[in-house]
Amino acid sequence: MISNLIYRKIFTLLKVQYSNMLEYRVEIALWAISGIIPFFMLNIWTNNNLNESINISNVLLSRYFLCAFFVRQFSVVWVVFSFEEDSLMGKVSPYLIQPLNPFFRYFAQHLAEQITRFPFALIIAFFFFIFNPESIWMPNLGILLLSIVSTFLSFLIQFLIQSIVACLCFWTEKASSIERLLFIPTLFLSGLLAPVVSFPSYVKSWIYWTPFPYLIDFPANLLSGNKTNISGGLSMQILWIFLLFPLFKKIWSEGTKKYTAMGS
Amino acid sequence: MNLRKYLKVYKKFLHTSLASELEYKTNILVDLITAILSLVGSIFLLSIFFQNNGYIGGWKFEQALIIQAIYTILNGITNTWFNPNLTEIVKHIREGTLDFVLLKPIDSQFFISLKKINPSGFLEIMLGFLLLFFCIRINQINLSSSFLTLSSITLSCSICILYSLWFFISTTTIWFVKTWNAIEVLRSFLYIGRFPLNSFSFSIRIFFSVFIPIAFITTIPSEVFLGISVLWKILLEVIVAIIFLITSRKFWLFAIKFYSSASS
Repeated sequence: MISNLIYRKIFTLLKVQYSNMLEYRVEIALWAISGIIPFFMLNIWTNNNLNESINISNVLLSRYFLCAFFVRQFSVVWVVFSFEEDSLMGKVSPYLIQPLNPFFRYFAQHLAEQITRFPFALIIAFFFFIFNPESIWMPNLGILLLSIVSTFLSFLIQFLIQSIVACLCFWTEKASSIERLLFIPTLFLSGLLAPVVSFPSYVKSWIYWTPFPYLIDFPANLLSGNKTNISGGLSMQILWIFLLFPLFKKIWSEGTKKYTAMGS
Repeated sequence: MNLRKYLKVYKKFLHTSLASELEYKTNILVDLITAILSLVGSIFLLSIFFQNNGYIGGWKFEQALIIQAIYTILNGITNTWFNPNLTEIVKHIREGTLDFVLLKPIDSQFFISLKKINPSGFLEIMLGFLLLFFCIRINQINLSSSFLTLSSITLSCSICILYSLWFFISTTTIWFVKTWNAIEVLRSFLYIGRFPLNSFSFSIRIFFSVFIPIAFITTIPSEVFLGISVLWKILLEVIVAIIFLITSRKFWLFAIKFYSSASS
């Protein structure tokens, strides 16, 4: 009975958000295009033969950057911006009365957006293969499933981090600037612009203890067939989720007590 | 056109927007840290590229730093003026408040492009100049008057091109209403400006100098700094800047004919 109710809740949320997202197809297509920075980076790497020094062949490197593009496409999170707007406009108040944590709403929004984005990402990948036909490959089913799982875990980590930052809205109103600050290490250390193996050793010695390499580098290596520690990476991802989730619950319960219903 | 009137109006703009922005003082501090981290991050990325190579696209590390400095200055200018104002256009058009702008007895493009200011961008501009002075020292550039005039001409042309690109995309909002993500696409393309143009492959170089002249924005001023620029390139940049300014102005005047207000 209860599980049926939860199932219906999830289904309705997803359906509503998906039809909402379909309205903005062009938007999402443009957003998908804006994620092509990894391809520019690939161009610098291969055009200057930089990959020789890190012992990755051209083909494997181009697969890596394609996968980095894909992982990034399906782990983009913007919950802090939505939440900030909603809380400044006082829209959070009605959400708080409902017997559903508003973050489920945002979560469904993100999932629906990913579904809408999928065909556009495929089209971009198709063009990528036209220009780089030698890098076409087919990962085996097990690896594919594992990398989908790890991409989803990466999405979850980022969603949790951003939700924690979003909860700071209860105290500071403008939490998005903190998110922009956090985005900088994410951009440079996650492996979106350069694979983590190429980092100098003084960075590599500590980076695997931070969540960053598990956001893009690990799933992308897994999917592209580059060398990586599968069980270690997955367990670190799960570990970070277990660390972040209680933190989110704590800050949420503290924050809702502070809530002052701005704008209404 | 009455210059004194416009100066007076601009003074008022500065006053009101600074007053409202300084309300969020911690925000400015966070933005400063973001700017510093983002500069550190891009130098880190650059150092990865130069790890085992002396040259990238014919540029040494010290020379490529100049591009980084100019990019930081231009990014600061974007964050101070272009970003806060031109994202506002989207809001004006969506909510129909562009009516009030068009009714005012001053030029609408002037109003819309200079109304707001974001003081945290200043810090980024200063950071960029600091790095630039550092580069002038390590590259042993001697400052002559002809060098100073040429570099200021090319830099101001870059600013004009950048402004026109932003303004052009924001203007399309009149037809497409939501163009947040078109701006994101431009942002990701601008990312190319962080690296010497020669480090990319031929097709990308052509695309970013003919269709979207991002190549001009940072590479040509940097070449002037290094004294390796040729006259026709500088002339070309001036011509491109003038063409872009004029067309973006014409395009705006053309576009407001199609403006049909909202919710009124």
